[in-house]
Amino acid sequence: MAQRLLLTQTVIHTTRTSSAMPAAKPLLLISLSMLLVASLLVSLVLGSVTIPLEDVFRVLSGEQASKAIWTTIILNLRLPQAITAILAGAALGVSGLLMQTFFRNPLADPFVLGVSSGASLGVALVVLTIGSVTTTLLTGLGLFGDLALAVAASMGSAGVMVIVLWVARRVASGTTLLVIGLLFGYLTSAAVSVLLYFSIPERIQAYINWTFGNFSGVTWDQLAVIMPIVIVGLVIVFLLSKPLNVLLMGEAYASSMGVNLRRVRISLIMITALLAGTITAFCGPIGFLGIAVPHFCRSLFNTSDHRILIPTTILMGATVALIASIIADVPGSSLVLPLNAVTALIGAPAVIWVILGRQNMKETFAS
Amino acid sequence: MSVPLLQIQSLSAGYPQRGILPHEVVHPFTTQIHPGTVTCLIGPNGAGKSTLLTTIAGMQKPLHGHVLLEGADIHQMSITARAKRLSVVLTQKMEVGLFTGYALVAMGRHPYTGLMGKLTGQDHDVIRRSIDWVGAGQLADRPFNQMSDGERQKILIARALAQEPNLLILDEPTAYLDLPRRVECMALLRDLALRTGCAVLLSTHDLDLALRCADQMWLLPYTGQVQVGLPEDLVLSGAFESAFHSTSVSFDRMTGAFHLPEKRSKVAVLEGEGTHFVWTKRALERQGYEVLTARQPHTPVIRVDPADEPHWQIINDETCVECHSVDALLVNLRNH
Repeated sequence: MAQRLLLTQTVIHTTRTSSAMPAAKPLLLISLSMLLVASLLVSLVLGSVTIPLEDVFRVLSGEQASKAIWTTIILNLRLPQAITAILAGAALGVSGLLMQTFFRNPLADPFVLGVSSGASLGVALVVLTIGSVTTTLLTGLGLFGDLALAVAASMGSAGVMVIVLWVARRVASGTTLLVIGLLFGYLTSAAVSVLLYFSIPERIQAYINWTFGNFSGVTWDQLAVIMPIVIVGLVIVFLLSKPLNVLLMGEAYASSMGVNLRRVRISLIMITALLAGTITAFCGPIGFLGIAVPHFCRSLFNTSDHRILIPTTILMGATVALIASIIADVPGSSLVLPLNAVTALIGAPAVIWVILGRQNMKETFAS
Repeated sequence: MSVPLLQIQSLSAGYPQRGILPHEVVHPFTTQIHPGTVTCLIGPNGAGKSTLLTTIAGMQKPLHGHVLLEGADIHQMSITARAKRLSVVLTQKMEVGLFTGYALVAMGRHPYTGLMGKLTGQDHDVIRRSIDWVGAGQLADRPFNQMSDGERQKILIARALAQEPNLLILDEPTAYLDLPRRVECMALLRDLALRTGCAVLLSTHDLDLALRCADQMWLLPYTGQVQVGLPEDLVLSGAFESAFHSTSVSFDRMTGAFHLPEKRSKVAVLEGEGTHFVWTKRALERQGYEVLTARQPHTPVIRVDPADEPHWQIINDETCVECHSVDALLVNLRNH
């Protein structure tokens, strides 16, 4: 019956040929990829010591650098850190995009569903309460500490995800979910406050350090966990780009076009919790990237089409995270700045500049 | 007549309520819709028009009864199957983001495309044809968010057509449009029904337009009892009038329009013809004049002559005043 219209009507080509896929601005896309590669190389060159580019290439191609210590620095410190930054930037940018589309709200970020709140509570419980009295805090946060934090954060995120999914199956409206996520955030931060109040200064400092965010603590072993999760998550996001576009018209229209709302909603929540939760578990709660990168890409590429936004958000998120990571490590010094402060300090002006210059932001979402 | 496309079988719509009986907004009614026809659902605000439409569109479960589209229950079929037979244009104003008109219409192909939504040549043909049907060719490359309400409505209707529906449901498609655009929109929907053979079901507050355009009218008063019939039959039986009953307006069965109640305390005789006559009569009636056509003693006579310049003359006993506009005419009458 659907064919009826086709059979009975002669197609008249009066509209000029145009594509539903807006021009992806290949030049911008190529420059973005080149910027990512350049940032990657710079991140390997710069740090507490500067390693010449030729030595970096030598190490990357499997040879030894002119100083043995440089090989170790690149392979064991800078490369895992750079890869972590790339994965974190991509994962957080895409999660932010998913949440902004899902809630049709420009203020949504990867953590609106309470993923980072859950992780914070998990970490706060471990750092502020558990821990042997006999061991000092430094050893308590040593090798075992890193893993314990990641496990605690993962469990916190997963716990929140289970609750949000449970709620999502029962409430029909996305807005309700948004409010519940928000209230959940208040609830957990209240619990964390109580824990902080009764804790000792050293532990409070350790907790605050975690909240600063950090790409450098991740080892190759941990990357072996993060990488497959992030890659699988991103592939699934690509597969969701079709329903995501239709969701921009609102849930009622999406459903009328054959989108299974419940299935898409559950997938979006799970993917976001998985991507943002994993990154938060290993790197701490990293703000700004998730909310800003999607806006930056939408504005820059002048489209809301997820088939373009998803790849560009991945590239842009990875690049911004890498640059932030380079700056946070203050090249040429042993100083390390809080990552969260750096992402916002360098990122916010850049994004504001692009958005103000383009003036296409206000049309992006419903009021 | 042809085989019914849509069968409504003792359908009632409303909202289930926890613990108590459901809130039944629309009481059970039975009717059918045939291909290529336009059905207008009218009723006062808050009577449940949107509830009824979303129930028929399968987006809300009915309280009782069935909606059969080509014999298949719309609430039982898969949501993709439903999307291929039925499409909607909703009343809400919306921002969809940065899309061109073409890209927005292309979204209508959602139920037909594969996993990644890649459009085939055939999809592009359907999209272009849908755009042509609504006469939005020049809107294809323009950003949707920069379009006027009328242009957006055309694109949204084209998007619904790109779903290749057998039934097109529109909730107040004329709500945000100015009067010429409303007429244009209704004419377009009538034309689409005839050309594509798809049935159109729409709700509207434009009673006059609905009376003129509907092949079938569904009248939904506050009582929730739907009355179905030809617009003319509903007017003649008085059902139309009682559905919109209000103390502040009255319905004129002669003209099919609602009028403000007017106290006509003054009398004037109006002579003439043509459009000038009609509009002068309207102005006089608004000012509370009972307009007569035969001369009477002690009654001012207004002569309208489109050929003469000035057009209006007030003849009062022996005096004669000439006026250049309706405004001047009314001012002169007041001063007498």
